[in-house]
Amino acid sequence: MIPELGHFALIVALAIALVQGTLPLVGVAQRIPGFIALARPAAQGLFLFVAFAFGCLAWSFYSNDFSVLNVATNSNSKLPTAYRIAATWGSHEGSLLLWVLMLSGWMLAVSVFSRSLPQDMLARILGVMGLIAVGFLSFMLFTSSPFERLLPAAADGRDLNPLLQDPGMVFHPPMLYMGYVGFSVAFSFAIAALLDGRLDATWARWSRPWTTAAWVFLTIGIALGSFWAYYELGWGGWWFWDPVENASFMPWLIGTALIHSLAVTEKRGAFKTWTVLLAIIAFSLSLLGTFLVRSGVLTSVHAFATDPKRGIFILCFLAVVIGGSLSLYAWRANRVAPGGRFELLSRESMLLANSVLLLVACGAVMLGTLYPLFLDALGLGKISVGPPYFDSVFMPLMAPAILLAGIGPLVAWRRGEPAQLLRPLRWVAIVALIGALFVPLAFGRWAALTSVGLLLAFWIFAGTLAALVVRFRSTTRMTPAFLGMLLAHAGIGVFVIGVTLVKSYETERDLRMAPGDTATLGGYSFRFDGVREVRGPNYEAARGAITVQRDGQTIAQLAPEKRVYLVQRNPMTEAAIDAGISRDVYVALGDAVDAGGAGGTDAAAWTVRIHIKPFIRWIWIGCLMMAFGGVLAASDRRYRIATRRQEDASNPDATLLRRGAA
Amino acid sequence: MRRLLVLVLLSLFVFSSMANENKPVDIQTEQRIRQLSEKLRCLVCQNQSLADSNAELAGDLRRQLHEQVAAGRSDGEIIEFMVQRYGDFVLYEPPFKSTTLLLWLGPFVLLAAAALVLVATLRRRRRAAEEPALGADDKRLVERVLGSAAPRREHDEGTR
Amino acid sequence: MKRFLWPLAIFILLVGFLAVGLNLNPREVPSPLVGKPAPAFDLPVLHQPDKRFVPADMRGKVWLLNVWASWCVSCREEHPLLVEMSKKGVLPILGLNYKDKGEDAQRWLKQFGNPYQLSVVDADGRIGIDYGVYGVPETYLIDAEGVIRFKQIGPITPAVLEQKILPLAMALRK
Repeated sequence: MIPELGHFALIVALAIALVQGTLPLVGVAQRIPGFIALARPAAQGLFLFVAFAFGCLAWSFYSNDFSVLNVATNSNSKLPTAYRIAATWGSHEGSLLLWVLMLSGWMLAVSVFSRSLPQDMLARILGVMGLIAVGFLSFMLFTSSPFERLLPAAADGRDLNPLLQDPGMVFHPPMLYMGYVGFSVAFSFAIAALLDGRLDATWARWSRPWTTAAWVFLTIGIALGSFWAYYELGWGGWWFWDPVENASFMPWLIGTALIHSLAVTEKRGAFKTWTVLLAIIAFSLSLLGTFLVRSGVLTSVHAFATDPKRGIFILCFLAVVIGGSLSLYAWRANRVAPGGRFELLSRESMLLANSVLLLVACGAVMLGTLYPLFLDALGLGKISVGPPYFDSVFMPLMAPAILLAGIGPLVAWRRGEPAQLLRPLRWVAIVALIGALFVPLAFGRWAALTSVGLLLAFWIFAGTLAALVVRFRSTTRMTPAFLGMLLAHAGIGVFVIGVTLVKSYETERDLRMAPGDTATLGGYSFRFDGVREVRGPNYEAARGAITVQRDGQTIAQLAPEKRVYLVQRNPMTEAAIDAGISRDVYVALGDAVDAGGAGGTDAAAWTVRIHIKPFIRWIWIGCLMMAFGGVLAASDRRYRIATRRQEDASNPDATLLRRGAA
Repeated sequence: MRRLLVLVLLSLFVFSSMANENKPVDIQTEQRIRQLSEKLRCLVCQNQSLADSNAELAGDLRRQLHEQVAAGRSDGEIIEFMVQRYGDFVLYEPPFKSTTLLLWLGPFVLLAAAALVLVATLRRRRRAAEEPALGADDKRLVERVLGSAAPRREHDEGTR
Repeated sequence: MKRFLWPLAIFILLVGFLAVGLNLNPREVPSPLVGKPAPAFDLPVLHQPDKRFVPADMRGKVWLLNVWASWCVSCREEHPLLVEMSKKGVLPILGLNYKDKGEDAQRWLKQFGNPYQLSVVDADGRIGIDYGVYGVPETYLIDAEGVIRFKQIGPITPAVLEQKILPLAMALRK
């Protein structure tokens, strides 16, 4: 009964989305106030029905209803409760429903927090979002319904993929989707502005907090994914340039360019067409990512079970939405007036350079991800593009961007004063050089790349600190937006330190150990105390015991496991980590060697992988700093002041007069 | 006690890395095999190198690497051996040849092109707005005097 | 005005590639050995461990080398087809028993039928590596001069047999 209710709710939601996607847009074009007024209630109604449908699916998982095909394929009665619920989005169909839930959630938020937006602007924005919802809801209802029945019902389910049975599964997809889907708001703002013909600084001010919020979620989502892969996958990596990872990273890169470009449009009324284009590209990349993951066009450990028919549907949807929006852009962009002047040395030009670098970096990632497909499609052979390519191409592109981020905040708007810049710049360069040359010595080994990475990190630290000092001494007050920017930039520095130090100084050993054997690595000694069998709620495991000592003191007892889940029976490694701010000690079990029986605990020895990863946690701390910086920036008071805007809402000429100087 | 530790460590070196094969191996060889296996892709896995993979085929191929290294072949010869049998796909880092020229040079060409466009755009902007910009006080004066008839800079029909 | 069309143009190009990509299989690794001489080997024969086989023994004939194993589930999909082929005498089929145990292999053939003129035993997979085997089953069509002309990755389907293997074999026989 409940799955059918859920299915019905989705159908109603599609109907509402159709209304929402057409009538308000028609209403604005033909000046029909009744249609325009439909936008808000439609969005809110859509959210209600989608949330209800989602609740039905979640309930089916929670209550182990194996007559629902999706539940039978992805869950199991022995699965712990949290994962049973997370399994709701563990499949292609379920994650689509999550996507639509997020979309309708953002729609609801826009419909509620938009008192300062003019009615017709709001109508257009919600209208565009409604059209996107139509696409996804149709896709679900026609090709990938999560509510399909399995009759007769299975006795028990096939269990959730063991790799997904982890807290990461509870948080990573929702965060990621909040981000991906959140860019649809920026997209809709951009389309609304193009349709309207009105593109000015006020538009940027409305658009900014929404875009920053989406960016924050995406940052957290990607960081969570990386962290999860690190402790879950068993070989200590934290980023693999996997096609699906790239599919989430590309919108992030453009999203970063977008939030910076919006800053210029808001403050100086410049870069308007560029910002609109970035907004369209950011969301287009989200949609492209959706396509890549679900169509079977690329292989990835993340890819869902693929079906070319679904791929065709999504591709057509992509073509319509992105093709349509880029056509609108091509048609309307030339009507936008140019913005303010600025010199070659100015904050505007630095931000423009930043946009360009991020766009090129995104292009490079896309090139690498799709190149095997290009060659194969042209019949030119089959190659594979892996981490070595991305690392060697991406890092040189990001280096200039980081340099710019260090000094950008020190350069004035419109015309930077070289003399004023040189003083802090000298100081920044000195600090950076000292850090770059001396920190490697502390580790005992010097390498050119290490120094380059450290140089960039210290440069951005010093530049950020200098900007703080300059502002402190000036008469302008410290706004949350400014502090948010500083925090986020500092976060980049922290991230770069983490990446540089881990890549330069991580050590590992892969060896065979019998109970009682000891190995040393990086000043730590590891004693293998054997393996014993344990039982989990839905798995059996061989749990190793490793005692880690330093200078004779025991600092950790690690228990890596080799699990075999009862239903799917694939062996899975659970690494054991001793976490620390300055290093992670990471141990994983390999296979039993010289075993009497397969994997028995009577086995004489096991292969053990030991890693020491210095400063690896800084990578994710840096990401969190960036995200928190974004939160600060979006919470700035000026976005919440609704006073003047209400008059503007009824007087369109007022906005034209206002030149948007902040 | 220390001698025992040294002995244990030495024996660990001897049994390390190629743990599935009981062949004695020294640190140099272990390093070389590791480096080579990081350059080759595991064909049955998703996006992993031979070094990181636990798949059986990966183990077989690593054993091949071990034998070839022991037989004294150079890195280039060993990689060529693999490519002859599995094609370019087995290279973790795409080769540099005519079909991958665009791949390797693309990002930098793109960067150069973008930089040129950027500089050109910036120059054009500087030359474009020729009228003297009003100072802030002057602007306020104009607005106050002329009221809503003040000339608007933001115009739908503005040229670019 | 024209420069605003660039994003759209690039996008259309991209969609074109993606559309083509929908019909391709990104996990398939085509063999660089097609058109090259089949790598030599000298292996014992299943059922007759004293006898040995080298590919040169099949010179003058067009034949199939099928890589199989008793632990391979997908092999069972194509096996009935192979058995039928061998009954009709269409093409000589020889097996490469890959990383298997002798008794398991023999038992499997007894249970599911033996389409092979003979099977050679590649116990540690070395010859498989020489042939670029990365999964099971895989099949090679080898011509009278001992050159590999076609490689099938995965089970042989009736469609592949009729549209690719048989026509090519006929053409090679002339």
